[in-house]
Amino acid sequence: MTRFAQTLGLPLVLFLLLAAAPLWADTFTLSLLARAMIFALAAISLDLILGGAGLVSFGHAALMGIGAYGVGILMAEGVSEALIAFPVAMAAAGLFALATGALSLKTRGVYFIMITLAFGQMAFFVAQSLSAYGGDDGLSLAARSLVAGERWLRGPLAFHYTVLGLLAAGALLCGALLAAPFGRVLRAAKDNERRVRALGLDPYPYRLVAYGIAGALAGLSGALFANLTEFVSPAFLSWHRSGELIVMVVAGGMAAAALKAGGLGRPGSALLGALLVVLLEEALSDLTEHWRIVFGPLLVLLVLAGGKRARGGRT
Amino acid sequence: MSTTLVLVQVLNGLQLGILLFLVAAGLTLVFGVMDVINLAHGVQYMLGAYLMVTASAVTGSFWLGLPLALAAALVLGLVLEWLVIRPLYGRDHLEQVLATFGVILFVNEGVKLVWGAGPRAIPMPEALSGSIRLMDGLNYPVYRLALVAAGLAVAGLLYVLVTRTRAGMLVRAGASNAPMVSALGVDIGALFAKVFAFGAMLAAFAGAMAGPILSVEPGMGDGLLILAFVVIVIGGIGSIRGAFVAALLVGLIDTLGRSFLTDLLKLVLSASAATQAGPALASMTVYLLMAGILIFRPRGLFPAPA
Repeated sequence: MTRFAQTLGLPLVLFLLLAAAPLWADTFTLSLLARAMIFALAAISLDLILGGAGLVSFGHAALMGIGAYGVGILMAEGVSEALIAFPVAMAAAGLFALATGALSLKTRGVYFIMITLAFGQMAFFVAQSLSAYGGDDGLSLAARSLVAGERWLRGPLAFHYTVLGLLAAGALLCGALLAAPFGRVLRAAKDNERRVRALGLDPYPYRLVAYGIAGALAGLSGALFANLTEFVSPAFLSWHRSGELIVMVVAGGMAAAALKAGGLGRPGSALLGALLVVLLEEALSDLTEHWRIVFGPLLVLLVLAGGKRARGGRT
Repeated sequence: MSTTLVLVQVLNGLQLGILLFLVAAGLTLVFGVMDVINLAHGVQYMLGAYLMVTASAVTGSFWLGLPLALAAALVLGLVLEWLVIRPLYGRDHLEQVLATFGVILFVNEGVKLVWGAGPRAIPMPEALSGSIRLMDGLNYPVYRLALVAAGLAVAGLLYVLVTRTRAGMLVRAGASNAPMVSALGVDIGALFAKVFAFGAMLAAFAGAMAGPILSVEPGMGDGLLILAFVVIVIGGIGSIRGAFVAALLVGLIDTLGRSFLTDLLKLVLSASAATQAGPALASMTVYLLMAGILIFRPRGLFPAPA
């Protein structure tokens, strides 16, 4: 029973709640939930490398932003078909992840953090200098993407279930990858790289593939986010958002570990974290526009109170 | 692209380089000695500028305000070390990143509450407000030259401090083996606190000096923080000398790239293509430089002895 609860219980409950949400939620709540689910997809992809492989990547918002810009630029050029734009957005973000990952994965620890941060910032500045696509002001989408020529994503209900379906697919993919031998190598290399090497396995290609997959999934979440807001801007790529994604992953890991229902490196935990953080931000910003003055110290307390054990790292 | 224009941009690049060095020096010391990655270093730069806004307004003088702002920044650095950083020693980098990220959110918002969200200005000191003629057709503001000179002086002072004094010796010893220094009877906790607060003060000095030529606004330290990371990666973590060389390199390349790359591209591309690609490429130059250096020197130009 505990094993079941740890692996499937939490995500099952959360997905059932999300699937039932349209029964009671109004349009505003639905769009808030869509936002949370989109961030959850990005957080789950980040958790694949952060929780799974132990790599603290601080450039994840850039991958999301590249996906969003992929949809935005294609639409500005007259391609509004999601079946074309979404794969292109995923490929662009995945390729960017592979290219920057090939370099940054050669480094360790604090170098890796700084370098992913720097590449993320590079993407941010490039987005800012795209004067043909709005530059600093961003780019408004004419409408949501078409699916096979239909204006299907316009309805809040259809959009809700599309996002939910893609989120479920992403969570299943990441969960399966982490449980497979591929994921075992990632997790083993996180705990003790030297032993993995002694077994004759080089962790580098495993990490790079995981980084690329995470990039493509983040690109997909960015493509969805562009559709939700019908707008893309350089702010999507800001490193503060990368920080928020890390917060979602870690807070989700801690919360799930406290419930004895997971921890870092479990898609269900990242999903929980994204839901918690997005809803908490919404609740705090209802109280005051200066909600960060509460959120910042909360974060510090969370870290100082919880040790490594509380994060429930998966081994 | 006249010679005077190039010279002006070189001087501007030096300024950015000096500011970067002042920020990166503290960051690299804190990392080298304490193995702590401090994202909140950028807000310490910003706080320096804001403290200077208040200190120069209260005293009515730049010169009286500066030491007051620096003293306040030093105290705030000590408080931050005591509250947040000290519990993070020896914890993993993920936790350090998260906690200091929380500090950034708090301080950026706190600054908005205390000083308002709009940009603030620091009046330029009377004595440095003119400009001098460097050569025919080139007048350059004195204040900016003074900024470069002050930065160079601090760099020299720092060099002497780290290599020639007892405090500097302890810092270097702490960087190579902190437990051993502690075993020899040095209060390593006090040393860490001093290094951290000193780094905070250096960043605040950069912010206070930059105030009169830049606008003082919330989030002003964020961009500089990431450039400082690039500087540290290029220079080698823990190396002051590396930080100095890399800071000047990054400052010059970034400034010159932004001013001249579009014109250079026009030599090989059509004018419209160049104006499209130029700004995008210019904003990438320092990161491409970092990538290139990482390929050949993964531990930076001046790797600190492991």
